[in-house]
Amino acid sequence: MAEPAKAVRVGIEGVFYSLTHVPDLVRYGSKPLRELRANPELEQQLKNLLRNFNAATAYAPHQVYIGNITPAALNNLPKPWYEKLIEGATCDGRFGDLVDQERFYSLLARADQFNLVTMEEKWFHEHAAKHAVGKAPRLGPLAEVTALYEKGALPLYSSEQLVGAFEPGHAEDASLTADVLLENLAAKVTAAHSLGSLLNALKLSPEAIDFVISCSEEAVGDRYNRGGGNLAKAIAEEAGCENASGSDIKAFCAGPMYGIVHAASLIQSGVCSKVAVVAGGSLAKLGMKFESHVKKGMPILEDVLGSFAVILSAAETDQPCVRLDSAAFHPVRAGASPQAMAESLAEKPLAKLGMKLTDVDRYAVELHNPEITVPSGSGDVPRTNYLTLAALAVMRGQIKKDQMEDFVRARGMLGYAPTQGHIPSAIVYLGHALDALRNNEIRNALFISKGSLFLGRMTQLSDGCSFLVEKSEK
Amino acid sequence: MLNGKKVIAIGERDGVPGPVIAECLEGAGLEVVFQVTECFV
Repeated sequence: MAEPAKAVRVGIEGVFYSLTHVPDLVRYGSKPLRELRANPELEQQLKNLLRNFNAATAYAPHQVYIGNITPAALNNLPKPWYEKLIEGATCDGRFGDLVDQERFYSLLARADQFNLVTMEEKWFHEHAAKHAVGKAPRLGPLAEVTALYEKGALPLYSSEQLVGAFEPGHAEDASLTADVLLENLAAKVTAAHSLGSLLNALKLSPEAIDFVISCSEEAVGDRYNRGGGNLAKAIAEEAGCENASGSDIKAFCAGPMYGIVHAASLIQSGVCSKVAVVAGGSLAKLGMKFESHVKKGMPILEDVLGSFAVILSAAETDQPCVRLDSAAFHPVRAGASPQAMAESLAEKPLAKLGMKLTDVDRYAVELHNPEITVPSGSGDVPRTNYLTLAALAVMRGQIKKDQMEDFVRARGMLGYAPTQGHIPSAIVYLGHALDALRNNEIRNALFISKGSLFLGRMTQLSDGCSFLVEKSEK
Repeated sequence: MLNGKKVIAIGERDGVPGPVIAECLEGAGLEVVFQVTECFV
Protein backbone atom coordinates (compact mmCIF):
# COMPACT_ATOMS: atom_id res chain seq x y z
CA MET A 1 0.00 0.00 0.00
CA ALA A 2 1.31 3.45 -0.94
CA GLU A 3 2.36 5.79 1.86
CA PRO A 4 -0.17 8.56 2.48
CA ALA A 5 0.95 11.88 1.00
CA LYS A 6 2.44 14.53 3.30
CA ALA A 7 -0.21 16.27 5.38
CA VAL A 8 -1.33 19.72 4.20
CA ARG A 9 -2.57 21.78 7.14
CA VAL A 10 -3.92 25.33 7.41
CA GLY A 11 -4.24 26.93 10.84
CA ILE A 12 -7.54 27.86 12.51
CA GLU A 13 -6.92 30.98 14.59
CA GLY A 14 -10.33 30.99 16.19
CA VAL A 15 -14.09 30.90 15.79
CA PHE A 16 -16.95 32.96 17.17
CA TYR A 17 -20.64 32.05 17.20
CA SER A 18 -23.56 34.32 17.88
CA LEU A 19 -27.29 33.88 18.36
CA THR A 20 -29.45 36.94 17.84
CA HIS A 21 -32.73 36.60 19.70
CA VAL A 22 -35.48 38.17 17.57
CA PRO A 23 -38.86 36.96 18.85
CA ASP A 24 -40.73 39.75 17.06
CA LEU A 25 -39.28 38.74 13.69
CA VAL A 26 -40.50 35.13 13.96
CA ARG A 27 -43.67 36.29 12.21
CA TYR A 28 -41.51 37.12 9.16
CA GLY A 29 -40.05 33.63 8.89
CA SER A 30 -41.20 32.00 5.65
CA LYS A 31 -43.45 29.43 7.31
CA PRO A 32 -45.13 31.74 9.88
CA LEU A 33 -45.63 34.43 7.22
CA ARG A 34 -47.59 32.02 5.01
CA GLU A 35 -49.50 30.29 7.79
CA LEU A 36 -50.47 33.47 9.64
CA ARG A 37 -51.82 34.90 6.41
CA ALA A 38 -53.98 31.81 5.94
CA ASN A 39 -54.92 31.43 9.64
CA PRO A 40 -54.74 34.82 11.39
CA GLU A 41 -55.96 33.24 14.65
CA LEU A 42 -52.59 31.47 14.89
CA GLU A 43 -50.83 34.79 15.48
CA GLN A 44 -51.94 35.18 19.09
CA GLN A 45 -51.07 31.54 19.84
CA LEU A 46 -47.60 32.13 18.41
CA LYS A 47 -47.13 35.36 20.36
CA ASN A 48 -48.14 33.64 23.60
CA LEU A 49 -45.35 31.10 23.16
CA LEU A 50 -42.48 33.47 22.33
CA ARG A 51 -39.56 33.37 24.80
CA ASN A 52 -37.94 36.34 26.44
CA PHE A 53 -34.19 36.95 26.16
CA ASN A 54 -33.42 35.45 29.57
CA ALA A 55 -35.15 32.20 28.67
CA ALA A 56 -33.33 32.08 25.31
CA THR A 57 -30.02 32.70 27.10
CA ALA A 58 -30.61 30.05 29.76
CA TYR A 59 -31.65 27.44 27.17
CA ALA A 60 -29.06 24.67 27.42
CA PRO A 61 -28.48 24.14 23.65
CA HIS A 62 -27.75 27.87 23.32
CA GLN A 63 -25.22 27.66 26.15
CA VAL A 64 -23.55 24.81 24.25
CA TYR A 65 -23.62 26.89 21.06
CA ILE A 66 -21.71 29.78 22.66
CA GLY A 67 -19.24 27.48 24.44
CA ASN A 68 -20.30 27.60 28.08
CA ILE A 69 -21.41 23.95 28.18
CA THR A 70 -19.77 21.11 26.24
CA PRO A 71 -21.85 18.89 23.95
CA ALA A 72 -20.90 15.95 26.20
CA ALA A 73 -22.30 17.75 29.26
CA LEU A 74 -25.59 18.34 27.43
CA ASN A 75 -26.15 14.56 27.60
CA ASN A 76 -26.48 14.79 31.37
CA LEU A 77 -28.81 17.77 31.53
CA PRO A 78 -32.48 17.10 32.28
CA LYS A 79 -35.11 17.50 29.54
CA PRO A 80 -37.07 19.22 28.27
CA TRP A 81 -34.28 21.75 28.01
CA TYR A 82 -36.78 24.55 27.41
CA GLU A 83 -38.22 23.95 30.87
CA LYS A 84 -35.00 23.07 32.71
CA LEU A 85 -33.26 26.37 32.12
CA ILE A 86 -29.64 26.83 33.18
CA GLU A 87 -29.43 28.81 36.39
CA GLY A 88 -27.00 31.73 36.27
CA ALA A 89 -26.55 31.43 32.49
CA THR A 90 -24.84 34.38 30.85
CA CYS A 91 -25.17 35.72 27.32
CA ASP A 92 -21.37 35.82 26.95
CA GLY A 93 -19.79 32.49 26.11
CA ARG A 94 -16.31 31.05 25.78
CA PHE A 95 -16.45 31.56 22.02
CA GLY A 96 -19.80 33.19 21.37
CA ASP A 97 -22.64 35.34 22.61
CA LEU A 98 -26.34 36.00 22.50
CA VAL A 99 -27.58 39.36 21.25
CA ASP A 100 -30.98 40.72 22.23
CA GLN A 101 -33.55 42.24 19.88
CA GLU A 102 -32.98 45.84 20.99
CA ARG A 103 -29.31 45.62 20.11
CA PHE A 104 -30.17 43.88 16.85
CA TYR A 105 -32.49 46.73 15.80
CA SER A 106 -29.71 49.13 16.60
CA LEU A 107 -27.21 47.15 14.51
CA LEU A 108 -29.75 46.91 11.69
CA ALA A 109 -30.46 50.65 11.62
CA ARG A 110 -26.78 51.52 11.82
CA ALA A 111 -25.77 49.17 9.00
CA ASP A 112 -28.43 50.49 6.60
CA GLN A 113 -26.82 52.58 3.84
CA PHE A 114 -29.99 53.12 1.78
CA ASN A 115 -32.47 54.69 4.23
CA LEU A 116 -34.49 51.51 4.41
CA VAL A 117 -34.86 51.44 8.19
CA THR A 118 -36.62 54.14 10.22
CA MET A 119 -36.76 53.61 13.97
CA GLU A 120 -39.26 55.36 16.25
CA GLU A 121 -37.11 57.96 18.01
CA LYS A 122 -38.52 57.77 21.53
CA TRP A 123 -38.30 53.98 21.72
CA PHE A 124 -34.86 54.02 20.14
CA HIS A 125 -33.45 56.54 22.62
CA GLU A 126 -34.88 54.59 25.55
CA HIS A 127 -33.92 51.08 24.46
CA ALA A 128 -31.49 50.86 21.59
CA ALA A 129 -29.41 54.04 21.53
CA LYS A 130 -26.98 52.61 24.09
CA HIS A 131 -25.94 50.06 21.46
CA ALA A 132 -25.51 52.56 18.65
CA VAL A 133 -21.91 52.93 17.56
CA GLY A 134 -20.78 54.68 14.40
CA LYS A 135 -23.27 55.90 11.81
CA ALA A 136 -26.39 57.54 13.25
CA PRO A 137 -29.54 55.60 12.45
CA ARG A 138 -32.52 57.17 10.72
CA LEU A 139 -35.05 58.12 13.41
CA GLY A 140 -38.53 59.61 13.25
CA PRO A 141 -41.63 60.24 15.35
CA LEU A 142 -44.24 57.52 15.72
CA ALA A 143 -46.48 59.32 13.21
CA GLU A 144 -43.80 59.02 10.54
CA VAL A 145 -43.14 55.36 11.30
CA THR A 146 -46.88 54.65 11.24
CA ALA A 147 -47.25 56.47 7.92
CA LEU A 148 -44.42 54.41 6.41
CA TYR A 149 -46.09 51.23 7.63
CA GLU A 150 -49.42 52.31 6.14
CA LYS A 151 -47.67 53.00 2.84
CA GLY A 152 -46.38 49.42 2.75
CA ALA A 153 -43.19 49.35 4.78
CA LEU A 154 -42.64 46.26 6.90
CA PRO A 155 -43.43 47.03 10.56
CA LEU A 156 -40.79 46.29 13.19
CA TYR A 157 -42.22 45.47 16.61
CA SER A 158 -41.02 45.20 20.16
CA SER A 159 -43.72 43.00 21.71
CA GLU A 160 -46.93 44.82 20.70
CA GLN A 161 -45.27 48.19 20.15
CA LEU A 162 -44.51 49.51 16.67
CA VAL A 163 -40.89 50.67 16.92
CA GLY A 164 -39.72 50.90 13.33
CA ALA A 165 -40.45 50.46 9.66
CA PHE A 166 -38.46 48.78 6.90
CA GLU A 167 -39.09 50.19 3.43
CA PRO A 168 -38.70 48.41 0.10
CA GLY A 169 -35.60 49.24 -1.94
CA HIS A 170 -37.60 49.63 -5.16
CA ALA A 171 -41.27 50.09 -5.98
CA GLU A 172 -41.53 47.21 -8.46
CA ASP A 173 -38.50 44.96 -8.02
CA ALA A 174 -39.47 41.64 -6.36
CA SER A 175 -35.82 41.13 -5.40
CA LEU A 176 -35.76 44.39 -3.43
CA THR A 177 -38.96 44.14 -1.41
CA ALA A 178 -38.84 45.07 2.26
CA ASP A 179 -39.02 41.47 3.48
CA VAL A 180 -36.20 40.35 1.14
CA LEU A 181 -34.00 43.29 2.15
CA LEU A 182 -34.72 42.69 5.84
CA GLU A 183 -33.46 39.11 5.38
CA ASN A 184 -30.35 40.34 3.60
CA LEU A 185 -29.54 43.14 6.03
CA ALA A 186 -30.13 40.81 9.01
CA ALA A 187 -27.63 38.36 7.51
CA LYS A 188 -25.13 41.17 6.97
CA VAL A 189 -25.28 42.59 10.49
CA THR A 190 -25.31 39.25 12.30
CA ALA A 191 -22.31 38.03 10.29
CA ALA A 192 -20.47 41.32 10.85
CA HIS A 193 -21.18 41.06 14.57
CA SER A 194 -19.61 37.59 14.71
CA LEU A 195 -16.61 38.72 12.67
CA GLY A 196 -16.07 41.83 14.79
CA SER A 197 -16.38 39.80 17.99
CA LEU A 198 -13.85 37.24 16.73
CA LEU A 199 -11.39 39.97 15.79
CA ASN A 200 -11.76 41.39 19.32
CA ALA A 201 -11.33 38.00 20.94
CA LEU A 202 -8.16 37.32 18.94
CA LYS A 203 -6.93 40.91 19.48
CA LEU A 204 -6.58 41.23 15.72
CA SER A 205 -6.93 44.46 13.81
CA PRO A 206 -9.68 44.29 11.14
CA GLU A 207 -7.05 45.53 8.67
CA ALA A 208 -5.20 42.21 9.11
CA ILE A 209 -7.88 40.33 7.16
CA ASP A 210 -7.22 40.23 3.43
CA PHE A 211 -10.23 38.21 2.26
CA VAL A 212 -13.72 37.44 3.55
CA ILE A 213 -15.83 34.54 2.34
CA SER A 214 -19.53 34.66 3.17
CA CYS A 215 -21.58 31.49 3.10
CA SER A 216 -24.78 33.16 4.22
CA GLU A 217 -27.86 31.75 2.49
CA GLU A 218 -29.55 34.93 1.29
CA ALA A 219 -29.93 35.83 -2.39
CA VAL A 220 -28.60 39.40 -2.50
CA GLY A 221 -29.19 41.26 -5.74
CA ASP A 222 -31.75 43.10 -7.83
CA ARG A 223 -34.17 41.65 -10.41
CA TYR A 224 -31.44 41.38 -13.03
CA ASN A 225 -29.01 39.71 -10.63
CA ARG A 226 -31.11 37.80 -8.13
CA GLY A 227 -28.59 36.08 -5.89
CA GLY A 228 -25.81 38.15 -7.48
CA GLY A 229 -24.20 38.13 -4.10
CA ASN A 230 -20.95 39.28 -2.60
CA LEU A 231 -22.53 39.90 0.74
CA ALA A 232 -19.00 39.02 1.90
CA LYS A 233 -17.64 42.41 0.92
CA ALA A 234 -20.53 44.22 2.61
CA ILE A 235 -19.78 42.23 5.78
CA ALA A 236 -16.06 43.01 5.49
CA GLU A 237 -16.92 46.72 5.21
CA GLU A 238 -19.28 46.58 8.19
CA ALA A 239 -16.61 44.86 10.30
CA GLY A 240 -13.99 47.45 9.32
CA CYS A 241 -11.84 45.08 7.26
CA GLU A 242 -10.59 47.91 5.04
CA ASN A 243 -7.91 45.84 3.32
CA ALA A 244 -10.15 42.92 2.49
CA SER A 245 -12.19 42.04 -0.50
CA GLY A 246 -14.47 39.06 -0.51
CA SER A 247 -16.82 36.76 -2.33
CA ASP A 248 -19.63 34.38 -1.50
CA ILE A 249 -19.68 30.61 -1.52
CA LYS A 250 -23.20 29.28 -1.97
CA ALA A 251 -23.89 25.59 -1.53
CA PHE A 252 -27.05 25.38 0.57
CA CYS A 253 -26.22 24.09 4.07
CA ALA A 254 -22.81 22.85 2.93
CA GLY A 255 -21.71 26.44 2.17
CA PRO A 256 -19.63 26.94 5.34
CA MET A 257 -17.62 23.77 4.76
CA TYR A 258 -16.89 24.76 1.16
CA GLY A 259 -16.04 28.21 2.49
CA ILE A 260 -13.42 26.77 4.83
CA VAL A 261 -11.93 24.59 2.08
CA HIS A 262 -11.72 27.58 -0.27
CA ALA A 263 -10.24 29.78 2.44
CA ALA A 264 -7.65 27.15 3.33
CA SER A 265 -6.81 26.78 -0.36
CA LEU A 266 -6.32 30.55 -0.76
CA ILE A 267 -3.87 30.45 2.14
CA GLN A 268 -2.08 27.27 1.11
CA SER A 269 -1.60 28.63 -2.41
CA GLY A 270 -0.18 31.90 -1.09
CA VAL A 271 -2.94 34.04 -2.63
CA CYS A 272 -4.03 35.31 0.82
CA SER A 273 -2.54 35.21 4.28
CA LYS A 274 -5.51 35.70 6.61
CA VAL A 275 -9.01 34.76 5.50
CA ALA A 276 -12.29 35.05 7.41
CA VAL A 277 -15.17 32.70 6.66
CA VAL A 278 -18.46 34.13 7.90
CA ALA A 279 -22.19 33.56 7.77
CA GLY A 280 -25.16 35.53 8.96
CA GLY A 281 -28.48 34.30 10.23
CA SER A 282 -31.34 32.99 8.14
CA LEU A 283 -34.46 35.02 8.87
CA ALA A 284 -36.53 32.88 6.49
CA LYS A 285 -36.04 29.87 8.79
CA LEU A 286 -37.39 31.54 11.92
CA GLY A 287 -40.40 29.65 13.23
CA MET A 288 -40.03 26.94 10.57
CA LYS A 289 -41.55 24.32 12.92
CA PHE A 290 -43.72 26.70 14.89
CA GLU A 291 -46.97 24.88 14.16
CA SER A 292 -45.87 21.73 15.94
CA HIS A 293 -44.47 23.80 18.82
CA VAL A 294 -47.83 25.59 19.10
CA LYS A 295 -49.69 22.27 19.01
CA LYS A 296 -47.58 20.93 21.85
CA GLY A 297 -47.69 24.16 23.85
CA MET A 298 -43.90 24.47 23.69
CA PRO A 299 -42.03 27.76 23.43
CA ILE A 300 -41.25 28.84 19.86
CA LEU A 301 -37.67 27.57 19.83
CA GLU A 302 -36.75 28.89 16.38
CA ASP A 303 -36.46 32.49 17.55
CA VAL A 304 -32.76 33.09 16.97
CA LEU A 305 -30.59 34.05 14.00
CA GLY A 306 -27.35 32.05 14.05
CA SER A 307 -24.08 33.45 12.79
CA PHE A 308 -20.40 32.60 12.97
CA ALA A 309 -16.93 33.70 11.90
CA VAL A 310 -13.74 31.65 11.51
CA ILE A 311 -10.28 33.04 10.76
CA LEU A 312 -7.70 30.90 8.99
CA SER A 313 -4.00 31.51 8.33
CA ALA A 314 -0.79 29.51 7.81
CA ALA A 315 -0.44 26.71 10.35
CA GLU A 316 1.68 27.19 13.41
CA THR A 317 3.18 24.44 15.52
CA ASP A 318 0.69 22.57 17.69
CA GLN A 319 -2.24 24.64 16.39
CA PRO A 320 -5.63 23.14 15.46
CA CYS A 321 -5.72 22.96 11.67
CA VAL A 322 -7.87 22.07 8.72
CA ARG A 323 -6.30 19.06 7.05
CA LEU A 324 -6.67 20.39 3.51
CA ASP A 325 -5.61 17.13 1.89
CA SER A 326 -8.57 15.44 3.59
CA ALA A 327 -11.14 17.70 1.93
CA ALA A 328 -13.77 15.67 0.14
CA PHE A 329 -16.76 16.52 -2.01
CA HIS A 330 -19.76 14.48 -3.04
CA PRO A 331 -19.36 13.76 -6.78
CA VAL A 332 -22.27 13.76 -9.23
CA ARG A 333 -21.98 10.04 -9.82
CA ALA A 334 -22.01 9.11 -6.12
CA GLY A 335 -25.77 8.88 -5.60
CA ALA A 336 -27.77 10.50 -2.84
CA SER A 337 -28.40 7.58 -0.48
CA PRO A 338 -27.11 8.10 3.07
CA GLN A 339 -24.63 5.25 2.52
CA ALA A 340 -23.27 6.85 -0.65
CA MET A 341 -22.88 10.15 1.20
CA ALA A 342 -21.01 8.46 4.06
CA GLU A 343 -18.74 6.63 1.63
CA SER A 344 -17.88 9.81 -0.28
CA LEU A 345 -17.54 12.13 2.68
CA ALA A 346 -16.08 9.85 5.37
CA GLU A 347 -14.79 6.49 4.23
CA LYS A 348 -12.98 7.52 1.04
CA PRO A 349 -11.23 10.67 2.31
CA LEU A 350 -10.14 8.83 5.46
CA ALA A 351 -8.81 5.92 3.40
CA LYS A 352 -6.77 8.45 1.41
CA LEU A 353 -5.10 9.42 4.69
CA GLY A 354 -4.59 5.79 5.67
CA MET A 355 -7.38 5.99 8.27
CA LYS A 356 -10.47 3.97 9.09
CA LEU A 357 -13.84 5.24 10.34
CA THR A 358 -12.80 4.15 13.82
CA ASP A 359 -9.67 6.33 13.69
CA VAL A 360 -11.83 9.47 13.99
CA ASP A 361 -12.40 10.53 17.59
CA ARG A 362 -15.36 12.83 16.90
CA TYR A 363 -17.71 13.32 13.98
CA ALA A 364 -19.48 16.64 13.46
CA VAL A 365 -22.56 16.05 11.31
CA GLU A 366 -25.90 17.84 10.88
CA LEU A 367 -26.22 18.98 14.49
CA HIS A 368 -29.83 20.16 14.56
CA ASN A 369 -31.33 20.39 18.03
CA PRO A 370 -33.70 17.39 18.33
CA GLU A 371 -35.92 19.29 20.75
CA ILE A 372 -36.86 21.47 17.75
CA THR A 373 -37.17 18.76 15.10
CA VAL A 374 -38.62 15.73 16.89
CA PRO A 375 -41.99 17.33 17.79
CA SER A 376 -42.58 18.13 14.11
CA GLY A 377 -41.86 14.58 13.00
CA SER A 378 -38.51 15.45 11.43
CA GLY A 379 -36.69 13.06 13.75
CA ASP A 380 -33.34 13.26 15.51
CA VAL A 381 -31.21 14.30 12.55
CA PRO A 382 -27.74 13.95 14.12
CA ARG A 383 -28.56 10.49 15.45
CA THR A 384 -29.72 9.36 11.99
CA ASN A 385 -26.43 10.59 10.52
CA TYR A 386 -24.34 8.91 13.24
CA LEU A 387 -26.17 5.61 12.78
CA THR A 388 -25.37 5.75 9.05
CA LEU A 389 -21.67 6.15 9.84
CA ALA A 390 -21.84 3.36 12.42
CA ALA A 391 -23.63 1.08 9.94
CA LEU A 392 -20.91 1.72 7.38
CA ALA A 393 -18.28 0.82 9.99
CA VAL A 394 -20.17 -2.44 10.60
CA MET A 395 -20.34 -3.19 6.85
CA ARG A 396 -16.58 -2.67 6.59
CA GLY A 397 -15.90 -4.93 9.57
CA GLN A 398 -14.45 -2.11 11.69
CA ILE A 399 -16.97 -2.63 14.49
CA LYS A 400 -19.53 -5.30 15.32
CA LYS A 401 -23.23 -4.64 14.92
CA ASP A 402 -23.76 -4.62 18.68
CA GLN A 403 -21.13 -1.86 18.96
CA MET A 404 -23.12 0.65 16.90
CA GLU A 405 -24.54 2.45 19.93
CA ASP A 406 -21.03 2.64 21.45
CA PHE A 407 -19.77 4.13 18.18
CA VAL A 408 -22.54 6.77 18.23
CA ARG A 409 -22.00 7.57 21.92
CA ALA A 410 -18.21 7.80 21.73
CA ARG A 411 -17.80 9.58 18.40
CA GLY A 412 -21.02 11.55 18.17
CA MET A 413 -22.94 14.10 20.18
CA LEU A 414 -26.43 15.45 20.71
CA GLY A 415 -27.58 18.14 18.34
CA TYR A 416 -27.69 21.63 19.82
CA ALA A 417 -27.91 24.06 16.90
CA PRO A 418 -31.02 25.99 15.92
CA THR A 419 -32.49 24.92 12.55
CA GLN A 420 -30.70 27.68 10.66
CA GLY A 421 -29.62 25.52 7.71
CA HIS A 422 -25.97 26.31 7.14
CA ILE A 423 -25.24 26.87 10.87
CA PRO A 424 -26.02 23.35 12.21
CA SER A 425 -24.28 21.74 9.26
CA ALA A 426 -21.15 20.51 11.12
CA ILE A 427 -19.47 23.94 11.34
CA VAL A 428 -21.26 24.63 14.65
CA TYR A 429 -18.93 22.14 16.40
CA LEU A 430 -15.67 23.84 15.40
CA GLY A 431 -15.39 25.90 18.61
CA HIS A 432 -15.72 22.83 20.82
CA ALA A 433 -13.39 20.90 18.51
CA LEU A 434 -10.67 23.55 18.95
CA ASP A 435 -11.06 23.30 22.75
CA ALA A 436 -10.99 19.50 22.72
CA LEU A 437 -7.90 19.42 20.48
CA ARG A 438 -6.06 22.00 22.58
CA ASN A 439 -6.91 20.01 25.73
CA ASN A 440 -5.84 16.76 24.05
CA GLU A 441 -9.30 15.27 24.66
CA ILE A 442 -9.49 14.22 21.02
CA ARG A 443 -6.88 13.65 18.31
CA ASN A 444 -9.11 14.72 15.46
CA ALA A 445 -12.64 15.48 14.30
CA LEU A 446 -14.22 14.86 10.91
CA PHE A 447 -16.66 17.54 9.79
CA ILE A 448 -19.36 16.39 7.36
CA SER A 449 -22.01 18.68 5.92
CA LYS A 450 -24.83 18.11 3.47
CA GLY A 451 -26.53 20.40 0.99
CA SER A 452 -30.07 19.81 -0.29
CA LEU A 453 -29.57 20.95 -3.88
CA PHE A 454 -32.92 19.50 -4.96
CA LEU A 455 -34.69 22.29 -3.06
CA GLY A 456 -33.74 24.69 -5.87
CA ARG A 457 -35.43 22.44 -8.47
CA MET A 458 -32.38 22.48 -10.76
CA THR A 459 -31.25 18.93 -9.99
CA GLN A 460 -32.39 15.94 -7.99
CA LEU A 461 -28.90 15.71 -6.50
CA SER A 462 -27.79 16.16 -2.93
CA ASP A 463 -24.35 17.44 -2.09
CA GLY A 464 -21.83 17.40 0.70
CA CYS A 465 -18.37 18.41 1.79
CA SER A 466 -16.08 17.16 4.55
CA PHE A 467 -12.64 17.69 6.08
CA LEU A 468 -10.61 16.55 9.04
CA VAL A 469 -9.50 18.92 11.79
CA GLU A 470 -6.43 18.01 13.83
CA LYS A 471 -3.43 19.66 15.44
CA SER A 472 -0.36 20.50 13.43
CA GLU A 473 2.70 18.50 14.38
CA LYS A 474 5.19 19.74 16.94
CA MET B 1 -51.07 -6.89 -5.26
CA LEU B 2 -49.07 -3.73 -5.96
CA ASN B 3 -48.78 -4.15 -9.71
CA GLY B 4 -50.21 -1.21 -11.65
CA LYS B 5 -50.98 0.90 -8.60
CA LYS B 6 -50.17 4.58 -8.73
CA VAL B 7 -47.93 5.96 -6.03
CA ILE B 8 -46.52 9.25 -4.75
CA ALA B 9 -43.01 8.90 -3.26
CA ILE B 10 -41.73 11.51 -0.82
CA GLY B 11 -38.09 11.04 0.16
CA GLU B 12 -36.06 12.75 2.84
CA ARG B 13 -32.56 14.18 2.72
CA ASP B 14 -31.28 12.39 5.84
CA GLY B 15 -33.28 9.26 5.11
CA VAL B 16 -34.14 7.66 1.78
CA PRO B 17 -34.17 10.02 -1.23
CA GLY B 18 -37.22 10.19 -3.50
CA PRO B 19 -35.54 8.74 -6.64
CA VAL B 20 -34.38 5.70 -4.64
CA ILE B 21 -37.91 5.03 -3.38
CA ALA B 22 -39.24 5.54 -6.91
CA GLU B 23 -36.78 3.05 -8.41
CA CYS B 24 -37.68 0.40 -5.85
CA LEU B 25 -41.39 0.91 -6.35
CA GLU B 26 -41.14 0.87 -10.14
CA GLY B 27 -39.18 -2.36 -9.86
CA ALA B 28 -42.10 -3.78 -7.88
CA GLY B 29 -44.50 -2.87 -10.67
CA LEU B 30 -45.97 0.36 -9.32
CA GLU B 31 -46.42 3.51 -11.36
CA VAL B 32 -44.73 6.47 -9.66
CA VAL B 33 -46.79 9.51 -10.63
CA PHE B 34 -44.77 11.94 -8.52
CA GLN B 35 -41.57 11.71 -6.55
CA VAL B 36 -39.68 14.33 -4.65
CA THR B 37 -36.96 14.61 -2.03
CA GLU B 38 -37.47 17.16 0.68
CA CYS B 39 -35.29 18.53 3.44
CA PHE B 40 -37.19 18.94 6.69
CA VAL B 41 -34.58 20.94 8.59
